[in-house]
Amino acid sequence: MTEKLLETVAVKLLRLAVTELPQDVKDALQRAYREEENPVGKTQLKAILDNIDLAEKTCAPMCQDTGVIIFYVKAGSQVEGLDKVEDALRKATAKATKEIPLRPNAVDPFTQKNTGDNTGRHVPYIHWNVVSGEALEITVLPKGGGSENVSALGMLSPNQGTAGLKKFVVDTVINAGAKPCPPTILGVAVGGGADIAMKLAKEALLQPLDQPNSDPELEKLEQQLREAANSTGIGPMGLGGKTTVLDVKVDYACRHPASYPVAVVVQCWAARRASARISSDGKVEYLTHKVT
Amino acid sequence: MTVYRLRTPVSEEEVRKLRVNDTVYLTGTIVTARDAAHRRALEYHKEGKALPVNLEGLAVFHCGPITTKEDNRWRVVAAGPTTSARMEPFEDAFIRNFKVRVVVGKGGMGKKTVDAMKQYGAVYGAFTGGAGVLAAKAVKKVKGVEWSDLGMPEAMWTLEVEDFGPLTVAIDAHGNNLYETIQTKADTLKQDIYRKLGIT
Repeated sequence: MTEKLLETVAVKLLRLAVTELPQDVKDALQRAYREEENPVGKTQLKAILDNIDLAEKTCAPMCQDTGVIIFYVKAGSQVEGLDKVEDALRKATAKATKEIPLRPNAVDPFTQKNTGDNTGRHVPYIHWNVVSGEALEITVLPKGGGSENVSALGMLSPNQGTAGLKKFVVDTVINAGAKPCPPTILGVAVGGGADIAMKLAKEALLQPLDQPNSDPELEKLEQQLREAANSTGIGPMGLGGKTTVLDVKVDYACRHPASYPVAVVVQCWAARRASARISSDGKVEYLTHKVT
Repeated sequence: MTVYRLRTPVSEEEVRKLRVNDTVYLTGTIVTARDAAHRRALEYHKEGKALPVNLEGLAVFHCGPITTKEDNRWRVVAAGPTTSARMEPFEDAFIRNFKVRVVVGKGGMGKKTVDAMKQYGAVYGAFTGGAGVLAAKAVKKVKGVEWSDLGMPEAMWTLEVEDFGPLTVAIDAHGNNLYETIQTKADTLKQDIYRKLGIT
């Protein structure tokens, strides 16, 4: 697999992600618009849908906050040149920043200096997962700052259990209010440890919204949390209405006997993600978007 | 829920007619300002220096746009609102000193701003968060960019807009704050929601 091909595919993924939402997210927003009864909430959803449409037609980023760039790589163990992947993704990020353009969103936390091209220490961040086979699957998640800022970690006590988890999710939604640009998607994870719960919660955001959880108990929990969040009345943009979340996705890991970490990662309505699979023969298949 | 189409400069009388939940479309001049531009504008005022743009009757837009320069002319690519809460420490003085009539952003503002809006006559118009292309479409021309040393997002962009909106009046000039109403309601509903989830 050549570095050049990887770079080209990654630039394309970034462009797809920021200009066009996956169909499952668009469907969820359209359904929310149809079902919203609050006139202000409806106005907000209409503006969101108009904006999505315009962004697609003009190939412009749907939101000016094009996020911090995160890649998830599923690397087939037989793929050659895996040591070149990181370099290719960094180059692609810098190139996409200039070409699309993306807003430069990588700031040194001590000098406050913006690197100008979305690359820097640990950004773009790459999550690796080694799988068998000869294909490389790349997913990009440009994550906006407004919703990230209200994400939360609760190191609960194990005796609080599932009830504690539910309360923590509801409290996070209410405390967040208008700030994360609702309707949001919540990635929720319990167990593991502080870092593992946060990582799983963010990865849960990569699940398509039209796909039910493969675990029926978790599916039930997701539905309960969705209904709870939507009965807060916070609504689109926190201006009132019945759609506060489009969906809730739950994952878990086994926990330490003394710990009960609960992570909630909040994703704004602009739930941007794009994936592609590159085969060893150089064939590219886009998984989240129709590419003609 | 009335729909208003306003042209800048907006008068105090016009702004006092607006009520929370109303929709506004603005035509005329809006000026972007985030934290850094607010801070500098207030420093200028303290030193008795005139601002590069007279803001009286205009709208200030909490926004860090994506812009490109084509054939030596600026073009706005995406310009959705940023979180207004960051401007809370400055906005009351900003309204008092520069007489802006409309503050556009997302997420709402605090009590200091609500009080200043009531006292001096201004409203907060919520622009749909993230709707950056919709906002850019309403921008007919970039009239100028000041303080570009602050960086692209933080600079003060003067934009000529047409039917910029929809802006939902979320804080009016009579002390009403829609965000607060919604948040208070959510807090009241909390115990009910807990009960339904079986949390005791």
